[in-house]
Amino acid sequence: MHLRDEEGFNFLSDIAAVDYLGWGERHVAGYFGTAAGRDLGSQSAQGFARTPQPKPARFAVNYQLTSVPVGRVVRVQVWLEDGQSVASVVEVWPTADWHEREAFDMMGIVFDGHPNLSRILMEDDWEGHPLRKDYPLGGEPVRFSGDE
Amino acid sequence: MAVTEPRRIYTGSRIPAPIPTVLQVPSDVTDPEDILQVNFGPNHPSTHGVLRLVVDLSGERVVGLRAVIGYLHTGFEKNMEQKTWWKAITYPERIDYVSFQNNELVFVLAIEKLLELEVPPKATWMRMLLCELNRIHSHLVFLGTSALELGAISMFWYCFRERDLVLDLSELATGMRMHTRYFQAGGLAEDVPRGFEAECRKFVEWMPKALDDYEAILSRNEIWLERTRGIGLLSAEDAIALGQSGPVLRASGVDWDLRRDRPYLAYPALDFNVPVYPNGDVYDRYLVRMDEMRESVRIIEQCLDGMPEGPWIADDRKVVLPPRHELHTSMESLIHHFKIVTEGYRVPEGEVYVTVESPRGEMGCLVVSDGGPKPWRVKFRAPSYVALEATATCMRDSLVADMIAIVGSLDSVMGEVDR
Repeated sequence: MHLRDEEGFNFLSDIAAVDYLGWGERHVAGYFGTAAGRDLGSQSAQGFARTPQPKPARFAVNYQLTSVPVGRVVRVQVWLEDGQSVASVVEVWPTADWHEREAFDMMGIVFDGHPNLSRILMEDDWEGHPLRKDYPLGGEPVRFSGDE
Repeated sequence: MAVTEPRRIYTGSRIPAPIPTVLQVPSDVTDPEDILQVNFGPNHPSTHGVLRLVVDLSGERVVGLRAVIGYLHTGFEKNMEQKTWWKAITYPERIDYVSFQNNELVFVLAIEKLLELEVPPKATWMRMLLCELNRIHSHLVFLGTSALELGAISMFWYCFRERDLVLDLSELATGMRMHTRYFQAGGLAEDVPRGFEAECRKFVEWMPKALDDYEAILSRNEIWLERTRGIGLLSAEDAIALGQSGPVLRASGVDWDLRRDRPYLAYPALDFNVPVYPNGDVYDRYLVRMDEMRESVRIIEQCLDGMPEGPWIADDRKVVLPPRHELHTSMESLIHHFKIVTEGYRVPEGEVYVTVESPRGEMGCLVVSDGGPKPWRVKFRAPSYVALEATATCMRDSLVADMIAIVGSLDSVMGEVDR
């Protein structure tokens, strides 16, 4: 990652974490719209079920980098299993501070060497990481209900 | 305010270490008893929402600062994963409720990129026009509220008068004043209504005069100059390191505008300038936004002149709703309509990152699709979120009274920060 600094990618736009848990378990069927209309030759164009391409690991961390005077852009992807951590880039791009905290908060990805890796959007004592695919969608426990 | 040496930007880096976004009380403070910790917010009229700043004060000087966010977190990105693609279009505009049109655009552009959908030129030009109207709207809100916070209450009334004109135009074209959901994958929801051009031309004629008025009130106003010049400094290197974009970056002397440097829509066909100012203070951020409004008026005029004729939405029945009248006569159209509304259209597997220049800077959107009718993951790169990372750097050694001017000049919208 440090080499990128010398290559001129001085501007870190974003760090986006994606959870691929369950990716490809659901078959995808149906029609695709394309520019030229319906391409009957392409896979699944006639409504056949199809499975998305498998991914190398559960989590992907996407770093969007730009070289500001030149205008070149590059995306760096890091693949992680649950429990693995990735090195922090705060020292290279200070703007990564909050982006990494958000990825930690929402996805539970640990960034080694981050000076202040704490929750940023959720409350400090929140349990779980809401943007993970296995985070429950509803059924939040309600206090003072039932037998109380 | 004690600005002894105005108009001189610092050398070296002022980004605090080790945490770039937290200003820690220096260890050589003579008497820790003198430090007063104050909670600024989360409910304060000048925080533009619910931002909480924990400020350590030594007398009137800010010696420590920590921004606490998340009070407005509503899980937009998680919600969008549960909606079909075309229902999810309503979410991005509510993320940043001041620059709704640009946010809508970035998500729609991402869908179109995945679908490889061609958009008719009329839709592209109308999108540019509305986005520039929206830029004016956003900058007017910035100008009105930040001037109000510094005591110039009349600016607020003037700015909101013109803001209402913009919203009237928005209502005329889209049926809604805000959160229009006018951009669809493939083009626009409806044709540009008759009479819109005439009304819009009236606005184009009026707006430069209003801008002259604002400048007459502010640009040579002694109080305004004293309160804004030389305050909230941010050098070009620090701005890039902190990922700043949009007016904040351009006020620090970095000539970078995505409309020109990474063009989208039909911006290369237009003639517009990118205002850049070198001093990196609150006053220059104000100047950049004033000039941008003038440029936006020019762009709107060019869009009106160059608006092509033709369809306003792509003719792709797998993605775009069929025309209403066909539903009564065509079985196929009825089926398509039903399928799109209930099940949604499917977007091919892939991932894209799309950026647009929103009024606040680089609005980015990473979209991952697994080929199904719902997005797998949507992640927004919110310029306001990044702008707030610069608070600690900008407020280093400033006075507590300037804090309000600095927060206002970064122009962050808390809805977008917390998402």
